[in-house]
Amino acid sequence: MTVGIRRDAPPAGSDAGRGRTPASQTRAGRLLRRIRKGGPPYLFLLPALLLELLVHFIPMAFGILISFKQLTLFFIRNWTGAPWAGWANYRVALNFHEAVGSALLHSFLVTCSFTVLAVGLSWLFGTTAAILTQDTFRGRGTLRTIFLTPFALPVYASVIIWSFMFQYNNGLVNELLHNVLGITSRPSFWLIGHNSFFALVIISIWRNWPFAFLCVMAGLQGIPRDLYEASAIDGASIWQQIRKITMPSLRSVNQVLILVLFLWTFNDFTTPFVLFGTSAPSPADVISIHIYNASFINWNFGEGSAMSVLMLIFLLLVTAAYLIGTSRRRNNA
Amino acid sequence: MRIIRVSAVAAAATAVLALAACGGGSSTGGSSGGNTSSATITYWASNQGASLQADYNVLNPEIATFKKETGITVKLQVIGWADLLNRILAATTSGQGPDVVNIGNTWSASLQATGALLPFTSSTFSQVGGESKFLTSAVGSTGAAGKPPTAVPLYSLAYAMYYNKALFTAAGIASPPTTWSELVADGKKLTHGSQYGLAVEGASIPENIHNVFILSKQMGGSFFDSAGNPTFTTPQNVAAVQQWVNFMGADHIVNPGDAEYDQNQSLSDFAKGKDAMIMWQAAGTALQADGMAKDAYGTAPVPVESGTPSSSNPDSMVAGINMAVFKDSKNQAAALKFVNFMTSQAESIKLNGEYGSIPPLTAALQASPAANQEQTVLRNVLSSSAEAMPQVAKESQFETEVGTAVKNLMADAASGKPVSAATVKAQLATAQQSMNG
Repeated sequence: MTVGIRRDAPPAGSDAGRGRTPASQTRAGRLLRRIRKGGPPYLFLLPALLLELLVHFIPMAFGILISFKQLTLFFIRNWTGAPWAGWANYRVALNFHEAVGSALLHSFLVTCSFTVLAVGLSWLFGTTAAILTQDTFRGRGTLRTIFLTPFALPVYASVIIWSFMFQYNNGLVNELLHNVLGITSRPSFWLIGHNSFFALVIISIWRNWPFAFLCVMAGLQGIPRDLYEASAIDGASIWQQIRKITMPSLRSVNQVLILVLFLWTFNDFTTPFVLFGTSAPSPADVISIHIYNASFINWNFGEGSAMSVLMLIFLLLVTAAYLIGTSRRRNNA
Repeated sequence: MRIIRVSAVAAAATAVLALAACGGGSSTGGSSGGNTSSATITYWASNQGASLQADYNVLNPEIATFKKETGITVKLQVIGWADLLNRILAATTSGQGPDVVNIGNTWSASLQATGALLPFTSSTFSQVGGESKFLTSAVGSTGAAGKPPTAVPLYSLAYAMYYNKALFTAAGIASPPTTWSELVADGKKLTHGSQYGLAVEGASIPENIHNVFILSKQMGGSFFDSAGNPTFTTPQNVAAVQQWVNFMGADHIVNPGDAEYDQNQSLSDFAKGKDAMIMWQAAGTALQADGMAKDAYGTAPVPVESGTPSSSNPDSMVAGINMAVFKDSKNQAAALKFVNFMTSQAESIKLNGEYGSIPPLTAALQASPAANQEQTVLRNVLSSSAEAMPQVAKESQFETEVGTAVKNLMADAASGKPVSAATVKAQLATAQQSMNG
């Protein structure tokens, strides 16, 4: 970086000869000097920084502001005039003994189990497929392309197709499980009732595992072949190779991959919305749909924002804990 | 709610088209004051025909006539149902909206509460031909009682029962049922093999809520007290929900598979002869589009327990589309002239004829004969025994909360779980808590 290069250069102009007062030796003084020296690059970055603020932080700050307002349908016309609600929206959302709070808690737990299952299995499938297709064989390119198709399809179209397949009366899934294989004694409901949770998990895995596959595949290319050859000479089994060579080498890829999958899955709105519409069955009532309902169906934007802020805080905490945890382990290793 | 039901595929196509249509601006004409002759107003029309284009084809000639008569230019934008309410909300928050807009009539009280729409006081009403020109039942769905309405009825509809004549003959049933016990008895005769007596749209929030609302009304129940507070757990409401769910769970006259329908699949099942009866709003056009012959189905009023529907014993909610003027409109006079034009007798007969709906005007009903038996039944229901959905600000929340509760109970019934009064009451209690929360 530019700053790094300038640091090694001799101090410019008159600054060099001037006697140093103790104050300029302080941390603040050094910082000021460094900023002055490295000024131009930061000035060049300023417009981009301001745009970034405009695009990212203002809507976020606005959402936080709204969460402290009583922005119901009676005030949306003149939303600046909506009365301040203090912590009322948060209290309602976090009061787990009342309907709204307990529904939010239920939805949060559903989302957590959905995310853990979907991310875990997506990662497992992606990694397995990547490792299996690491060695060259006939048709490997074709197979890899086929693996990637779910990721390339538009979400809306693929979820609609899945919803057709999950239909009770003439869906492909029931046709296969019940009529052809005879695994279930009677056709099952997939879009309502308890199975709807698994339908959602299956679709999410189907959509996301190609991404895990792609990332791990790229990560595998960076592992030197010599390591495998050397370990093979030492008599390591394939399983040992995977555990001792592949996994440790993939650590940095996995760190980012799992974080991204986690955030995507936790926040996924399109899949449940296309699959269930605005009234998701209770076992699959994920939080994104839940917040959408609170805002746009019940027209209580203050409460919806408060729920969003709570979700944001949760995701920030999880992300920070995850990054600190995984980085520390790597430093110790 | 929406009065023309389109198939799932058409709905998906509509959503796509509606997105394409979003590109158009929503500018408002600049002229102001009393002189409306050169004004330009924007009109957001709801999707009533088979496609957005079909709506443009129907409405554009009328708009041209209006321009010839008044000199006012109307910029028309037809907006799909998936987007309409969100766009109205956006227009409400930003103050940058159309001048005239179509709204689903169940949104009336909610939008009235936002204060975004122009109230129809008696002087406003006089600019569109007076309140008395509209059907009383239709005016009942234009806003909360005791406040000036913020919309006027444009297209109206009601529920009727459609039955498959051939299946009725085969089961030896001479005439359609008029009471619920007859419906269950007939339904059992009509249920055998893969055929079922009654088709319901079990996962559809609006369908569930409309039917449960009417069943409760027939028992003298109500989902809100006179102060507008929710009273979901009254014995009548519990009984109404239980009766509705029991058609599947206890009477077994509904295919369990119907519990997951929410894209008008029950209508196409009925059209294919898989089910013998269905309760629907003006299903005729859609049934014929699904390949059912015009004389293969009959239309009758929806049953009521006493056998005779009346205003105190309603057999349908008032369905339909209302027309409203935005308060922020810079051309209110021109906008009201347009509302007057669209709800004039000639236009009302013409447009409702195109869309298969009923003109909500007393005079228009007298002046134009019903086109067929279905229209006769629907007109009769609308003018004598239809009841407006609760006109409360939280109407859409009520629909979602109770509709979802019914949908979940229907799912229980479909998987063979018994649905007791206690289960229903618990679900309704949770729904009510959410309303207050």
